[in-house]
Order: sequence, then structure tokens, then C-alpha cells
Amino acid sequence: MKRLISTSIAWATANEPAIERMRMRVVLHRRYHFAASHRLHQPGWTAEQNRAVYGKCSNPHGHGHNYVLDVAVSGPVDPATGMITNLADLDAFVERQALAEFDHVYLNEQVPDFRSVVPTTENICRVLFHRLRAYPHARLESIGIQETASNSFEYAGEQ
Amino acid sequence: MVYLTRKVEFSASHLYHNPDFSPEENRRVFGKCNNPHGHGHNYVLEVTVAGEPDPRTGMVLDLKELKEILQREILDRMDHRFLNYEVPELAGKIPTTETIAITIWNLLEPRIPRGHLHRVRLYETPDLYVDCLGNGQ
Repeated sequence: MKRLISTSIAWATANEPAIERMRMRVVLHRRYHFAASHRLHQPGWTAEQNRAVYGKCSNPHGHGHNYVLDVAVSGPVDPATGMITNLADLDAFVERQALAEFDHVYLNEQVPDFRSVVPTTENICRVLFHRLRAYPHARLESIGIQETASNSFEYAGEQ
Repeated sequence: MVYLTRKVEFSASHLYHNPDFSPEENRRVFGKCNNPHGHGHNYVLEVTVAGEPDPRTGMVLDLKELKEILQREILDRMDHRFLNYEVPELAGKIPTTETIAITIWNLLEPRIPRGHLHRVRLYETPDLYVDCLGNGQ
């Protein structure tokens, strides 16, 4: 295994410029889909305050969206594979850390991160950023979420 | 600074194979992308040029000129081609979306006559795309 990798790098460096000399940064974006329901509601507020701030998003039984999740990662492109990270690894990690718990559920009740955090898409971005930042094979750059075709949000951590 | 983006599409085939890997290693790392006959995608390329508009024309760069550069440098090279075998810039490389985007950046960057190349965004599918960004962005 070790021998294969060192041979491959020698093979590849003979064929392409070293990553260090590249004058650009490369970011891989992968989109995932999950469908979930939520309710925007602050338990410490009156019903009137909740209606005033959240409108119909505060209806007591919740409502749902088809969320589109954009996970962006960066890092050196391995000359042996041409990849920042193997998509199979990224897909499995996102499935385990996010989709398995977020798809086809009521976020308020079934995802512990939202027990005391209102599941606005802003907060879903932050929660998913913190869940996915531990990805071991590349650096997490940002999390983007489309709540609907008209509303999208992005979080890149605290600068 | 104003950012101008032009989008083009091309269709091409490729396969992922590292001759230094064993057949098992190639299958393990590259999965079905290692199929020796290759497979294809409809790639969507978005090229963004940044610059100050010329006060005489109001343009960062004449879109017609950018369109011609994209036709000559990218589409004539890559559209309806088998990327591994027919594009010299990709010979001996593994034509992942990362590698193709970097190759496109390297082809375009020295040929942008006004402003500067800000971003190359290449979609392999609607759910997989790579950005090349100029340093400092």
C-alpha cells in the first residue's frame, strides 16, 4: 500500500505541476437532499409574539421542506487519485453524521440539537457545520442549505 | 470590482484508472468510475472574470470575446471527446472534476485579455461541482 502510493505520486508529479505551485484554491461541492418538517417557535414567548415573529411557520403542528444541502470541502488534490477526497468517504460521513438523522423526521422533536435551538435554516446550517467539521479527509469550508428554491443560507464557521 | 460569469456546456466521457494501482486497488478507490470503457457526463462550466468596467464600453470584458476563448480553449478541446485519450492536457492524469477544473483554469488564466480569472466552477452533475478560486479568494 505504502509502496503503491509513493510510486503513484512519482508517476503523477512527472505529469502535472506540483500542487504547491498552483495559483488557485480548489473547493469540492457535493449536494445532498433531505426532507424534514419543523416549527419555528420560542417556548418562552407568548402565542402572539411567536405569531408576530414567525407567522405561519409557528403553526403548532409544523410543516416541511425539501432541503438541499451543499457541503464544500477543500484540500490538496492527491495526484494518485486526482481527488481532494474520495466521494464515497464523504457521502458515507454525511449520511452518518447528518442525513440519517435529518431525513424524513420532525426536526424539533427528533434531532437532539434542536431541543433548545429553533430550527431555522440559519441554525440548521450551524448545527450541520459543527456536525460535519470533523470530516477527517478534507477541510470543511462551508455548509449551504436551500430551504426552498427562493431561500438559501450559507455558514462558513466563525471567521 | 465587477464579476462577470459565462456558462457553457460540454459532453464528454472519461474513466478513472491509475496504472500504478493493482486492478483491485483501482476498483476499490474508483468504484464504477474505473469501468475500462469509460462513461460520460454533461458538464456545465461557469467562468467568472473579475475587473473594473472600461468606462468607454461599460464592459469588464466583451462577452463575445470570452465566448470565443471558451469555444477555442475548452469546447473545441473537450466537447464530445474521451477526456483521457483525446485531450493532451489530461494525458496521464486522472480526469476527476478537480483535475478537469484545474486544467480549465490553467488553459484560461493566461488568456483572459482584460480583468482576471476569478473562478472556474465545473459541474459534473447538478450534485457535484468543483470551484477553482484565485489565491486570496
